[in-house]
Amino acid sequence: MNDNAVDTRRAAAAAADIERTPGHVVPGQFLRAAERAERNRRWSIRVGQVAIGILVLALWQGVSGWLIDPFFISSPADVAVRLWSWTMNGTLAGAFAYTMQAMILGFVLGSLSGFTAGFLLGRSDLLARICDPYITAIYCLPKIALAPLMIMWFGIGIESKIAMAALIVFFLVFLNTFAGVRDVSAIHLNTARIMGANGWQLLRYVIFPSAAAWVLTGLKVSVPYALIGAVVGELISSNRGIGFLIGQASGLFDTAGVFAGLVVLAVTGIVLNAGLKMLERHLLRWRDGA
Amino acid sequence: MIAVRGAAKIFVARGAEVPALLPTDLDIPSGRFVSFVGPSGCGKSTLLNMIAGIVAPSYGEIEHDGAVVSGINRNVGYMTQADSLLPWRSAEENVSLPLILRGWPRDRIAARVDSMLAMVGLTKFRRHFPAELSGGMRKRVALAQVLAYDPGTLLMDEPFGALDAQLKLVMQNELARIWDDTRKTIVFVTHDLAEAIALSDEVVIFSGRPGRIKSVRKIDLPRPRDVFRLQFDPAFRALYNELWDALAPEIGAEARA
Repeated sequence: MNDNAVDTRRAAAAAADIERTPGHVVPGQFLRAAERAERNRRWSIRVGQVAIGILVLALWQGVSGWLIDPFFISSPADVAVRLWSWTMNGTLAGAFAYTMQAMILGFVLGSLSGFTAGFLLGRSDLLARICDPYITAIYCLPKIALAPLMIMWFGIGIESKIAMAALIVFFLVFLNTFAGVRDVSAIHLNTARIMGANGWQLLRYVIFPSAAAWVLTGLKVSVPYALIGAVVGELISSNRGIGFLIGQASGLFDTAGVFAGLVVLAVTGIVLNAGLKMLERHLLRWRDGA
Repeated sequence: MIAVRGAAKIFVARGAEVPALLPTDLDIPSGRFVSFVGPSGCGKSTLLNMIAGIVAPSYGEIEHDGAVVSGINRNVGYMTQADSLLPWRSAEENVSLPLILRGWPRDRIAARVDSMLAMVGLTKFRRHFPAELSGGMRKRVALAQVLAYDPGTLLMDEPFGALDAQLKLVMQNELARIWDDTRKTIVFVTHDLAEAIALSDEVVIFSGRPGRIKSVRKIDLPRPRDVFRLQFDPAFRALYNELWDALAPEIGAEARA
């Protein structure tokens, strides 16, 4: 995965050197060979990934109805048919939009408040030590156990799902921001101040970018948790969303429906993760090999 | 002009007061290159950091260009052994940082950054991040950065301590050339006696635990100096011998401690 601009630039510089090397007969041949090897490796990975997927689906389809009752495991064909009918009758789009809305709003609220709190406590040692036992206490609490409370407070509408997602995201972003702000190097702070930085400039040019790697890690890990928060809220009490579809299908012993809901969540997770990876690679391109 | 007036520092560590530097007096006239040499824990870096305003003196005061240093001293350039470049800024962005912080107009910044990078020979590497540069290149960028805003005084704490022997000589030569051109006041902390003699007008020898100034020696080798060949100069060798005799007991004491 070393295909970032840094490596390309290094390779180009090395290639320029090697072209002037006596005895090096065909300029560029080793570079091309290395690129070819990298391409081949990527192909092997893709092929392996697709092969595993096909194998699992084939096994699943094979054993369903033969070794294991489809009542328990349904079958890929049935799940596909269910997904198709959900897509056609608009069930999927409606539920998906609802879950995404809860997840995104929860993510935004949770990460903004988590960032602010983490930043303030990270900058003030005194405040951090005062708050420490309470933070530890709430941190140790399984956030899922708060779902019934959120539903009592915010009702069975989207608000309680947003609250669940926000709650989980808050802590992840809070802790990472806190660690990131504490991690800013004293040398960077002192040299920037001697070079003329005032308080605001110190934040903008040193503290924020230095903490960015931590904050981004917090944001990255909290995206799937935002989805979990929203879906848990829907599973416990709701009348809409992907979590509701799964819960409803399970209540009707409709295994294909349960699996169809799970597939939607899994695919959503993969797409979100890929997007985040691209964003992270761009923002942290200064880190060697990041 | 730097005037150290009875400045002393007592740190509190592990529930005890540790004197890092006993009350010290020292005058460093403008345009002079002065080195602080001594064993670790002799207070030489503490005194440098007090001039930079990073560490406040426990007693006494320090005057820099007529004003008492209180809080961060923004009229100096400061360079340490550790990498002070911001790793998320490219070489040119690091050099431009002090100019941005000081509110220079954009076109002046661009011109200044160009000339600074040309001076340290890194124009081709301007868009590289610190992680993509060698240790010597990073030191050059740091040098270009502190020189960019043209402070009258440079405070350097073992700036070349992490470099290999050859690269160290190259950087010393570069610094000597820059000093010849600009005649800045430079306070240079080092473990390396040869480095101190080769670069300085004056070497201040510190003795350790508690730290204090043991002696000050004027270095009257002619300038400009050729750092690479200076070590074969008999006058250099005589100075080295003399100062080594003053320094050796301190280093011996440190080794036995």
